Amino acid sequence: MYNKIDFIIAGVGGQGTILASDILVEVGLHAGYDVKKSEVHGMSQRGGGVESQVRWGERVYSPLIEKGKADYLLGFEMLEAARWTEYLNPSSVVYVNRHKMYPPSVTTGQAEYPAETAIEHELSSRAGRYEWVDAMAAAKELGNPALAGVIMLGRLSADLDVEPETWLKVIAELVPAKLVELNKKAFITGRKMKKGV
Amino acid sequence: MKKLLSGNEAFAYGAYLAGVQLAAAYPGTPSTEIVKNCATYDTIYAEWSPNEKVSLDVATGASYAGRRALCAMKHVGLNVAADSLFSASYTGLKGGLVIINADDPGMHSSQNEQDNRNYAKFAKVPMLEPADSEEAKNYVRIALEMSEQYDTPVLIRTTTRLSHSRTLVEIDDSKRVIPSDEIPAYERNIPKYVMVPGNARRRHPVVEERLQKLAALAETLEINKIEPGNDEIGIITSGVIYQYARDVFPNATILKLGMVWPLPKQMIIDFAKRVKKLVIIEELDPFIEEYVRILGLDCIGKEVYPIEGEYSPSLIREVSYKAGLLTEAPPEVSAASIDLPMRPPMLCPGCGHRGLFYALKRLDATVFGDIGCYTLGAAPPLAAMHTTTCMGGGFGVVHGVDKMGVKDKTVAVLGDSTFFHSGIHPMIDVLYNGGISTLIITDNRITAMTGHQDNPGSGRTLLGEPAERIDIETVVRGLGAKRVEVVNPYEVEQVMKVVKEGLESGEPSVVIARYPCVLHTKEKHPVPTVDTEACTNCGNCLKIGCPPITKGENYVAIDNILCNGCGLCARVCPFNAIKKPEEQ
Repeated sequence: MYNKIDFIIAGVGGQGTILASDILVEVGLHAGYDVKKSEVHGMSQRGGGVESQVRWGERVYSPLIEKGKADYLLGFEMLEAARWTEYLNPSSVVYVNRHKMYPPSVTTGQAEYPAETAIEHELSSRAGRYEWVDAMAAAKELGNPALAGVIMLGRLSADLDVEPETWLKVIAELVPAKLVELNKKAFITGRKMKKGV
Repeated sequence: MKKLLSGNEAFAYGAYLAGVQLAAAYPGTPSTEIVKNCATYDTIYAEWSPNEKVSLDVATGASYAGRRALCAMKHVGLNVAADSLFSASYTGLKGGLVIINADDPGMHSSQNEQDNRNYAKFAKVPMLEPADSEEAKNYVRIALEMSEQYDTPVLIRTTTRLSHSRTLVEIDDSKRVIPSDEIPAYERNIPKYVMVPGNARRRHPVVEERLQKLAALAETLEINKIEPGNDEIGIITSGVIYQYARDVFPNATILKLGMVWPLPKQMIIDFAKRVKKLVIIEELDPFIEEYVRILGLDCIGKEVYPIEGEYSPSLIREVSYKAGLLTEAPPEVSAASIDLPMRPPMLCPGCGHRGLFYALKRLDATVFGDIGCYTLGAAPPLAAMHTTTCMGGGFGVVHGVDKMGVKDKTVAVLGDSTFFHSGIHPMIDVLYNGGISTLIITDNRITAMTGHQDNPGSGRTLLGEPAERIDIETVVRGLGAKRVEVVNPYEVEQVMKVVKEGLESGEPSVVIARYPCVLHTKEKHPVPTVDTEACTNCGNCLKIGCPPITKGENYVAIDNILCNGCGLCARVCPFNAIKKPEEQ
């Protein structure tokens, strides 16, 4: 057990950040932590940026994480990940799905999407460890881009002291019945992405 | 057993445990899931009412009938229901009546960030404020018992952060109040329930006396409690802000208020004596602070903690440190040093509203808008909406503008759910008072923005039962409108023609732009292809602001995953370079 683990999941509406954070918070509960989760719905569902915060700890008060105190940042989309630099500290771990979704100012040619290297620099220079995760590519290989989120969770799970069975049990409870096997497969795919495994 | 519930789910579970028999609401973020979840309990009759005022009247009726009732709304919804609230405050009731009000500090999905604690004071009714989902569950029961004991509606205040956070709730149905299945008898009581001046004059002192009794109760109520700590700093706070204060000031003495109106006067005076520095941390207005200052007590409040915006533990830490209340500096952090293009919400790929707003843009119409997904018609590149105020506001505004003789292709747009909410009355005004306005109802057959709730035009109730659809065209014609057209919003040329005719007619006209929400119906068509030879990269298709279309070096590209295949881009391409699959 750790004293506390704070997670931020950032992505774009429709990418499954809410499902992923629901899984993450339930897993924390199963692992014996006090847990809280915060998210914002509403206007942001319509293709806007979305973010969920999940906290595991001995006793969690605020559902919101403080700046400079996130232990893990999971970026489901590159640009959205880069918005959370202020929450990182020199021991934070950052996983970013190698996937771009262009906002309207970029698609219409008014703004430029930042370079991959620039995003990596912004995040890695403030964190303890930075890793690209080819979750989108792996999800497409599994036949469904929506699986990228669970693949990201799989990668994260390899760092945490919780049995994979717990994760798989929670996934089975929270995803639609006909997608359980596919999501379990996606989770295992992500878990195996840990370097050297 | 403990389970993770959102604040809103917990309110609904609390209603179930407390024997609530009726729950009514109009959807509004962040309150929507309260009554939506009430509908999942078979002991609660739950409905989407056409607007918040109706929902409160319905809930009041259930409580007049002696049964426990719940009503939920977002903060601006209480403006709509305010008339009913103030009346219910005077009449009192019989069965418990709880009104759950969801404020939206930071305006995640709202047009303002009013602090509705002011309504409790204004309407002279008590208000409770839970700090997590467990309290959300428990406070519903406390509110209903208080309501019955003191003969008053009781407000519960939540905020976006409480409503949409998931925290642990004890699940235990063993002590639940089993609702009576007997048919209640309505008890007639003219002096109590008929608010003509003579009766209302006799009720007002009752209301004042009630408030005094509730103020006395506040002194001993368990949910107002002192958590002892180091008395150097004493914090008065409530709601989710309590959680932030606990994180930032782990050792401080805290007076956590579970009831934020009326406030416990003596408790506050004693607390102020006990601690060295009295600090009030409250989101939005200085509601508690003003009360404390009126008591003549010195405190630290809004000179440190902002009135505007949503709080967070980071913000509280930062400003507390600057004010010398914390010795340890917040962690040094920095924003990204590269430009990060914003990602505002957009009309969904395939949304029918896009065709309507593209047509209005091409007409160069001045558009008086309203509240719903279609408010996104104001976003660039469409930028085809020029006012948005409150629910049902646009139809009245355009009438006023038109009466002043403005000749600027003025039209007003609102959605089907907004029409049923508060669009009918201003339409009556236009039709009856010699208006000439062009009124457009964008009818996607669902209340989409808040997450696809049924409405009187969708043909289904909240409980999932079929209902006779209220046909907008019939309503409009019934009101006396002569010039009424139903159009498909994807047919841009047709929309332009009909709107133009309406504008030139010199009489009121109604256009119903009807296409069911594709996000709701999950309608999807094959993705159009771009003929890279024919595409001149003119950018015309980019003007519809559809997320899957991207400008490339020499031609545009369409993202296969995002695209819904509606084909609007193919319609607007002047070079016939975008082809729908059936045309290939």
